[in-house]
Amino acid sequence: MTTELPVLKASDYATNQEVRWCPGCGDYSILAQTRKTLAAMQIPKENTVFISGIGCSSRFPYYMNTYGMHSIHGRAPGFATGLKAMRQDLQVWVITGDGDGLSIGGNHLMHCIRRNMNLTIVLFNNRIYGLTKGQYSPTSCLGHVTKSSPMGTIDNPLHPLSIALGCEATFIARSVDVYPKHLTHVLQRAAEHCGTAFVEVYQNCVVFNDGAWKYATDRKIKSDSIVELEHDKPLIFGKNRDKGIRFSCMKPEIVTLGDDVAESDLMVHDETFDEPYRALMLSRMHHPEYPEPIGIFRAVKRPCYDLEMTHQIEQAEQQLGPGNLESLFHSGDTWTVE
Amino acid sequence: MSTTSDSVTEGLPVSKKKAIQLEGVTIRLVGDSGDGMQLLGTQLANTSALLGNDVATFPDYPAEIRAPRGTRGGVSGFQVQFSSHDIYTPGDELDALVAMNPAALITNLQDLRAGGTLIVNEDSFNDKELRLAHLDSNPLTDGSLEKYHLFKVPMTRLTRDAVKELELNIKLADRCRNFFAMGLVFWMFNRDVAPTDRFIDAKFGNKPDIAKANSRALRSGWYYGETTEAFVSSFKVDPAELPPGTYRSMMGNQATAWGLLAAAELSDKTLFLGSYPITPASDILHELSKFKNFKVHTFQAEDEIAAVCSAIGAAFGGAMAVTTTSGPGLALKSEGMGLAVMLELPLIVVNVQRGGPSTGMPTKTEQADLMQVMFGRNGESPMPVLAAKSPADCFDVAIEAWRIAVRFMTPVVLLSDGYIANGSEPWRIPEIDQLPRMKIEHPGPPNDDRVFKPYARDEHLSRPWALPGTPGLMHRIGGLEKDFETGNVSYDPANHERMIRTRAQKIANVAKEIPPQEVDGPDSGELLVLSWGGTYGACTTATKLCRADGLSVAHCHLRYLNPLPADLGDILARYKRVLIPELNLGQLQMLIRATYLIDAVGFHKLIGKPFTVGELVDTIHRELEAIREKS
Ligand code: SF4
Repeated sequence: MTTELPVLKASDYATNQEVRWCPGCGDYSILAQTRKTLAAMQIPKENTVFISGIGCSSRFPYYMNTYGMHSIHGRAPGFATGLKAMRQDLQVWVITGDGDGLSIGGNHLMHCIRRNMNLTIVLFNNRIYGLTKGQYSPTSCLGHVTKSSPMGTIDNPLHPLSIALGCEATFIARSVDVYPKHLTHVLQRAAEHCGTAFVEVYQNCVVFNDGAWKYATDRKIKSDSIVELEHDKPLIFGKNRDKGIRFSCMKPEIVTLGDDVAESDLMVHDETFDEPYRALMLSRMHHPEYPEPIGIFRAVKRPCYDLEMTHQIEQAEQQLGPGNLESLFHSGDTWTVE
Repeated sequence: MSTTSDSVTEGLPVSKKKAIQLEGVTIRLVGDSGDGMQLLGTQLANTSALLGNDVATFPDYPAEIRAPRGTRGGVSGFQVQFSSHDIYTPGDELDALVAMNPAALITNLQDLRAGGTLIVNEDSFNDKELRLAHLDSNPLTDGSLEKYHLFKVPMTRLTRDAVKELELNIKLADRCRNFFAMGLVFWMFNRDVAPTDRFIDAKFGNKPDIAKANSRALRSGWYYGETTEAFVSSFKVDPAELPPGTYRSMMGNQATAWGLLAAAELSDKTLFLGSYPITPASDILHELSKFKNFKVHTFQAEDEIAAVCSAIGAAFGGAMAVTTTSGPGLALKSEGMGLAVMLELPLIVVNVQRGGPSTGMPTKTEQADLMQVMFGRNGESPMPVLAAKSPADCFDVAIEAWRIAVRFMTPVVLLSDGYIANGSEPWRIPEIDQLPRMKIEHPGPPNDDRVFKPYARDEHLSRPWALPGTPGLMHRIGGLEKDFETGNVSYDPANHERMIRTRAQKIANVAKEIPPQEVDGPDSGELLVLSWGGTYGACTTATKLCRADGLSVAHCHLRYLNPLPADLGDILARYKRVLIPELNLGQLQMLIRATYLIDAVGFHKLIGKPFTVGELVDTIHRELEAIREKS
């Protein structure tokens, strides 16, 4: 007997819990796009797990009608690693923020990525601590005046994608909370990736850091300050799509297409490029000097920790036979007392 | 004293010298940390166990991996007691001491009894080594060793001679010295060299020269005893009358690992260990890493925090989850353990205690983490605490910890310590079908549309262990307070108190599921010695000795520290005085005084070493005296 599986809609992934983010918070859109992504992929609710740390974004699991764990500050990758190691049948997502993932949880994020655990990590970057009401975060811009930095911050910000690449990331991508289609596309690609997929999402905190990503979201300026990466396509941007990125003198250069510069002179994006330096260069392009790239920076194949772990176990079982307590207990030197 | 001429030594002729019968021997082997004393000690212990003796060991490592050669700081020791009757400790006073250099001699001599056998490597008592040991005169010649039975053996020279034909360089040749010493010790105590031959084969099989050299050094040491006139007689210790069964030698950390493995098998669970290397717990990680064919998943995390978190993640997925550590690591795990209390997922946290606070004395033993595991978390965060009493007991306690963890859906702390973790004793191999099987049930997909209640409770107050992947049971857990009914986040004040009391009651309920507390000796009377953890052996021996002397002393040893056994209050009330010896400043004592409002007295020692039987016997006498003075 075969039964028709019901088709899952985005709304099927919603819980009955009242969503408690501030009105206008970028988190709402990310939540909506994530539900859409799961629906698009028709991933059964029961096979999906969202694990988060602490922070505004980390409330996320409560709003997904899947399995979920709202864990402790910065440690979500640890919980996800143990779960995925034992349950490769599950699709495991880590939801984190700039404070949770890069400050208190930096170490776990780093090691999770280097192991290439088969997880999807979504880092909501709002460049501020929201839940604790407005202190600067490790991605806050230099000089940012906040409650805990009345004279401006004096610590250098981190760049999440550069960090991920430094940890040998096999998949990194960036999107923006208010780009629904782009975000859904990126999340789906991330979910499909075998290994750690690390996605940075520019997220607006309306209350404590409104407009932090204005250059990327304001209709009037965004096409000049964002360049969308597409595999195998040249890097072109601008309202009239007349500007591009050329690689010269070991660095990216903004050029205007025209008489002197042809499309064929531009950098062509290759997300599968084996060495990380191309992606690293893209990750170092910052507003206002450059348009900031969004899309999939890098997607390469490497062994995943969880699969390798299973592989070693299978190998050991083949070589030694399935474990047997009785023979283990009696192995080596024993003696008998009558 | 009887003499005998038979010898158990295979591959070597029968000793022609007479053998003096002894009840038991306590011997310590000491040398530089590079001298292979741990190996020598382990071989002696295993061989003695194979001969049927009851055996207890105590390795004493220096703090540094390789402290400067010849210095006092670099001395490594291994103590073995083997006996023809039941023993519970590696012994107090030494009957024999083998010292490979002056530093080793001078730092251990105080424990050798007058008239005891002292074997030294004469070749190492040169000016340089004496200087390194900060000795102004040579103890071998200044008369300071007169009260001992001294054997000066030129071990370096004799070992070099023994392996000469193999043309090894001097460094390699000298490395065989511990096997020479072993040969001599084996001759002296009529031990069989065959197990050591097997060990040499297994360990050096792919280096035939080294294997041969060690085997020659071993034999050369044996012949040295047999042919040197100074050694008039050897000693013999008969097998002990242990309960019938098949035995093997077991170290504490190994027993913990095997117990965890057995618990997984007995409950049809896959074992996940998330751990971070730390002395003295790392050997559990090493041991479990070998059992991949049992589907054991070991994960060496980036830190202690990730270790406990990964274990909790694995538990959420339905695995038997374990994390192992020592005090400083436990401090880092506190927040994760608190979350496990809130999530109400089964988890075992093994803490192999060491000298603290802070980094403290990593290679030395102590039992000062009791308060930490009881109360070292924010909020009201109770969890069951069990402590192993001896190396072999770690096996049973590990199984018991898992039984409690799943029945009560709670993290459980298993306390061990450096002394029992590295010590060894004979372990009677259990029949697999005699071990307790554990049936674990996970709820299946629901038949109706009712919303799943992840925090609905059973008669123990435990919640269901619903696993991701089960259709219809999707739920979210987390560190925020839960609603009693729905399990959703709740800030309701009354609900918070209700949940706190419920979690506390759940842990208190564990007391209903544990066996009645056992007491050795009179069931009421003058003095009760109350102990926990690795002090079991010394307390048992001391109280038995005192009872044999006609004193009214009972002994009660706790396996369950939280909750305490339901009948403990009644037991304590039946004695005039309760004495609690601990390797801390009175942590159980404080719990007992607070719980039962009795004036329990303590006896405390914090030198990184276990209690000696002698000091406990003295304390018992003192306490009995005090009782008499009072009445
Ligand atoms: S504080 Fe900022 S990040 Fe947090 S919910 Fe409100 S708007 Fe969103």
